Amino acid sequence: MSRITQSSRIIQVTGRAVPVPGDDIDTDRILPARYMKELTFANLGQYPFQDERFHSDGAPKRHPFNEAHYQGASMLFGNANFGCGSSREQAPQALTRWGIRAIVAESFGEIFSGNCLTLGVPVVTASQADMAALQNIARKNPGADFNLDLASMTINGGGLLVKISMPASRRKAMMEGAWDSTGLLLANADKVAGMLAARAAA
Amino acid sequence: MAKGTLYNKVWNHNRVTELPTGQTQVFIGLHLIHEVTSPQAFDMLREKGLKVAYPDRTFATVDHIVPTLSQARPFADGQAEAMLQAIERNTQEFGVKFFDFASGQQGVVHIVGPELGLTQPGMTIACGDSHTATHGAFGALAFGIGTSQVRDVLAGQCLAMDPMKVRRVEINGRLASGVTPKDVALFIIHKLGVKGGIGFVYEYAGEVFEAMSMEGRMTVCNMSVEGGARAGYCNPDATTFAYLQGRKYSPQGAAWNAAVEKWKSFVSDGDAEYDDSIRFDAADIEPRVTWGITPGQSVGISEALPNPGQYEDVGERASAELAYRHMQWTPGQKIQGIKIDVAFIGSCTNGRIEDLRAAAKIAQGRKVAPGIQAFIVPGSLPVRKQAMEEGLDKIFLAAGFSWRAPGCSMCLAINPDQLVGKQISASSSNRNFIGRQGSQTGRTLLMSPAMVAAAAITGHVTDVRSFKEKEI
Ligand code: SF4
Repeated sequence: MSRITQSSRIIQVTGRAVPVPGDDIDTDRILPARYMKELTFANLGQYPFQDERFHSDGAPKRHPFNEAHYQGASMLFGNANFGCGSSREQAPQALTRWGIRAIVAESFGEIFSGNCLTLGVPVVTASQADMAALQNIARKNPGADFNLDLASMTINGGGLLVKISMPASRRKAMMEGAWDSTGLLLANADKVAGMLAARAAA
Repeated sequence: MAKGTLYNKVWNHNRVTELPTGQTQVFIGLHLIHEVTSPQAFDMLREKGLKVAYPDRTFATVDHIVPTLSQARPFADGQAEAMLQAIERNTQEFGVKFFDFASGQQGVVHIVGPELGLTQPGMTIACGDSHTATHGAFGALAFGIGTSQVRDVLAGQCLAMDPMKVRRVEINGRLASGVTPKDVALFIIHKLGVKGGIGFVYEYAGEVFEAMSMEGRMTVCNMSVEGGARAGYCNPDATTFAYLQGRKYSPQGAAWNAAVEKWKSFVSDGDAEYDDSIRFDAADIEPRVTWGITPGQSVGISEALPNPGQYEDVGERASAELAYRHMQWTPGQKIQGIKIDVAFIGSCTNGRIEDLRAAAKIAQGRKVAPGIQAFIVPGSLPVRKQAMEEGLDKIFLAAGFSWRAPGCSMCLAINPDQLVGKQISASSSNRNFIGRQGSQTGRTLLMSPAMVAAAAITGHVTDVRSFKEKEI
């Protein structure tokens, strides 16, 4: 067990934000399926929103991820049902490897938000009106810095302070550095064995 | 919090303990893996020096990257070949059973599990694939997970989870002729929305589901995730038990009766409490077709396409406007008559024997319209074999359909089966997302297998019911 390390505590994320407006942005759009044929996650940071950013002949389309002033952004502002669809962890892997450290949206596809948790990326929700306001600031003032704080459950930036939400257990996992679940689960291996033995005996 | 439901019973039965974060450690009875989302998980195990804790509870197959025309090795696509080699190597090294081509059992993972009797009532089932919801048809609690969670299940057969809410979706009455479980699924998603199920497990109940075959229940449970619900289930009953009896991994002999008794204990109580419930009438469901870029954007076959202005929610309106830009239709136009280029029957939603029978009834004695590329991809080798024993392959071939080998095929198109340019497909699969079928400008219309067959014959979206009356 000695090789299982405790993950780091995540309380605040600070940085610029890239707005990606639209409901129901599915994980096929975040990371087109063909990149799932790569055997490791190593290169995925090159491809987030690939087909939304480039035509098939390679010519760029208009997309926030293509704009110079959003390069280096560490937060993504989405809308409702962000990351719905396919369970592919490759989608959050692509976003984090591009540089995204936190995602704020109205709601999330459930498997996507669970995947983000296992990667130590806070995914938090805010109301439709607040998301519109946050996206507006990031659009008009791409240089604005935001501070997402899990202690106070707020995000603050560009003169705006907004309440955010997140399930209590996930917040705790982030703040206490207990989001890498493997170690937590394996600590109870004897309980699992006991449960199976009891079932076999019943 | 719901009480007395199958969900509560299965959750409690498999609850190991509470984690320091407040999450619940849940035991996973059955773990299914495929070639695309597992290789990185095995690498993580190696990095951490871990073994597979319960190798007899994980089963593997290969589906997403399989070419459906020829499985000759090595595959022409080097990346696909490397993925297949990785799962061969990983299953061997970690002692996991792999249903490869030679086993005669290979197929789409959600078709293989039930077919072998691996999927059983009362189980928790996980797989690195969102359509794991399919297995809920048996009264199992089944959900998709990401690769880091695949690692967790391999390492310790458990997941860290929070409880979900339960919504009972009850449909009474009888489905009219020509209306299939796929239409029921599209109807529910249309009514409750693609985000309506976030946070919920759906319990499907009422006369429609009681009368439905296991294949049909799998189709509906499969698409729960398209409505935002991570899992969906039907309570197990005589239909469930009859399907499972005699399958390879089903309990045999004296153990069978004991198993059935135990399975019955997982059924929702008559006075169970739900977090939400909703009722629909079967008479309101007609064959449905999606017109947009989410599975919720569908209309009944007799309807016209909606005006984006009718959506009150700004997000839904914007989604509809984007759908129109991508699909290039006009609001108010009829869905019937839209011309198609490709007809695809297959996938974990509609690649089972019943689906092929329904399509064959339409194809029998008819011809695919000129210029239409139509193909049938059975969901697994056993489905393919069964269909051939029934002579369905001959019906399809005579009609001009291509008869393929099992795989995910054009459901997500990371194999040679892909749309080209702005082609329009009639598909029996589950997702009409932009780019889903291999072309970023391609367009997907989701519908039932019979409706796809009818579209293949006429060359355009057709009401399968009028089709029968006119032409038989
Ligand atoms: S058939 Fe489609 S939805 Fe089903 S497992 Fe394969 S790719 Fe996923």
